[in-house]
Amino acid sequence: MSTLTPTPGPVRPARRIRSTPGSAPRAQRENPFARASAMIVMGVFTLYFLVPVWWLLVAATKDRAQFTGTNPLWFADFSLFQNIGALVSYRDGVYLKWMLNSALYAGLGALVGTIIAGMCGYALAKYRFPGRELIFNVVLGGVLVPATALALPLFLIFSQISLTNTFWSVFLPSLVSPFGVYLARIYASASVPDELIEAARLDGAGEVRTFFTVSVRMMVPALVTVFLFQFVAIWNNFFLPLIMLRDETLFPVTLGLYGWNSQVNQIPVLRDYVLIGALLSIIPLIIIFLLLQRFWRNGLSAGSVK
Amino acid sequence: MSASTARFTDVPGDTRTARRLAGRPGPRPAKPRVQHKRAILIFVLPFGALFSLFYLVPIGYAIYESLLVIKREGTFGAATEVFGGLSQYVLVFQNGPFWQSVGRVLAFGAVQVPIMLGLALLFALLLDSPLVRGKKFFRLAFFVPYAVPGVIAAIMWGYLYSPNLSPFSAVTQNINFLSADLVLWAIANVVTWVYVGYNMLIIYSALLAIPTELYEAARLDGAGQLRIAWSVKIPLIMPAIVLTAIFSIIGTLQLLAEPQVFRSFSSAVTSTFTPNLTVYTTSSIPNVNLAAAFSVVLALATFVLSFTFLKFTQRKEAQ
Repeated sequence: MSTLTPTPGPVRPARRIRSTPGSAPRAQRENPFARASAMIVMGVFTLYFLVPVWWLLVAATKDRAQFTGTNPLWFADFSLFQNIGALVSYRDGVYLKWMLNSALYAGLGALVGTIIAGMCGYALAKYRFPGRELIFNVVLGGVLVPATALALPLFLIFSQISLTNTFWSVFLPSLVSPFGVYLARIYASASVPDELIEAARLDGAGEVRTFFTVSVRMMVPALVTVFLFQFVAIWNNFFLPLIMLRDETLFPVTLGLYGWNSQVNQIPVLRDYVLIGALLSIIPLIIIFLLLQRFWRNGLSAGSVK
Repeated sequence: MSASTARFTDVPGDTRTARRLAGRPGPRPAKPRVQHKRAILIFVLPFGALFSLFYLVPIGYAIYESLLVIKREGTFGAATEVFGGLSQYVLVFQNGPFWQSVGRVLAFGAVQVPIMLGLALLFALLLDSPLVRGKKFFRLAFFVPYAVPGVIAAIMWGYLYSPNLSPFSAVTQNINFLSADLVLWAIANVVTWVYVGYNMLIIYSALLAIPTELYEAARLDGAGQLRIAWSVKIPLIMPAIVLTAIFSIIGTLQLLAEPQVFRSFSSAVTSTFTPNLTVYTTSSIPNVNLAAAFSVVLALATFVLSFTFLKFTQRKEAQ
């Protein structure tokens, strides 16, 4: 059994049909003690995972006096909207600019990155050409090279061509996702039948057109997964913007909030903005995950099982 | 490599054999001509170019920079970069704070990665067992922290640890999580909080792909959930666990955002707390050549560690 070496087994997207959960005779056989302890474990950890987010939500609805004066885990006067208003008007709405930057870096970057990773993975899966294995192995090595190790040399290179402190210095390096190529290749070889490509060929469709009209559809779960994880990776990226950017108006939201948080001692009002800004910054990701969960759950299993 | 890949590599062999069998004379079969060259180029080139520009070139450039030293004419003279051989690497190996930071993240990884993956495995197995109701809810609830960027998670927990502002001030006033002794583990908790759900989902998806028949038989023989999990499920999902372990090892060695944020909460987090912080601090001195050498050593160490781990687990599986 290998892990990182691709072993695209027989077509796997067909998922096993799960027996209906807790179908009567089966459920009764389970030890009630085991059942209770399992539920207790899950319950305790639900608190562990959700209480910090709950605290943030509550804190974001309070004004400064109540933040320290009232129960931190329950609401006082509801001033969420005043807080948001204050946040977005602070310093000419620089926070909104950061959110927009993050959306651009992550949204556009993940979209373009997914397309090119999908094309490359597809070619590696479906065509035979010299150097194919070499390319794949180099890309696989790229999965193991931490992106942060590249940040400094990238900065040095970009400063040679005076491109630091620009949108492109963060955007362009974010487009590359070796893991995306890996996942796309595995998924393409398992779920795009050769017969289908052959049929498209007989119909006279070009290779590139076949990819974009036929094959892409079968790769959707993998591509959505690649998109999501690259989106998250770019949205969370900290080292690259930290090292590249000086101009505040180019910051992604993570770097902006980090900057505010380190000035809280000098400018106390920033603490309110950091908390409310933190809450607003995690909402887009939660929404995206919820909307696309049907896809990425399938895609995940393709990447990890094989 | 199996099935679909093999199918392709077999093709030329097959035709050759077929030709020979058909008794068709002729010259030695030429090297199989690559079909669809243009399409392949269109598919591979964009990624290939970007990968070369933003992965291979930086790696090469880091190695190049790490071989240079700054030379000055007198004390105030102009600085020029000259070839210095491995002298930056000698400095790296003599640099006490750097190796302390490496030791720190290794200790961090040795404790945090097993705890995080142990929890992720436990939750995945519970979700896959008939013991738990409300699977959809738990799956989502545990995954929510993954949507919180590391920087933001660190800011949140910074407040949660604070002796005065924390909702748990009864605890935090007695135990100072931001002290020199505990802050590393306070950061470990932040990382665990963010990534357990993500790893749980990867392992859980692997569990879902196991055909039910494989352990239905064990069940009928009277094996309990624990036994099935241990003897049937865990061996089958080992590849997924290895994958999560490798990504966790890489992540641990790269630790940067969380400790960087914690510097504003705790003076115990120094500017050389983790290897990546050392790189950042060194490069902003600026001493880019030494920072480049740090980067190269770090990338190499990460690569070797994850690769060794991969080989080690594969050998164990083979046994």
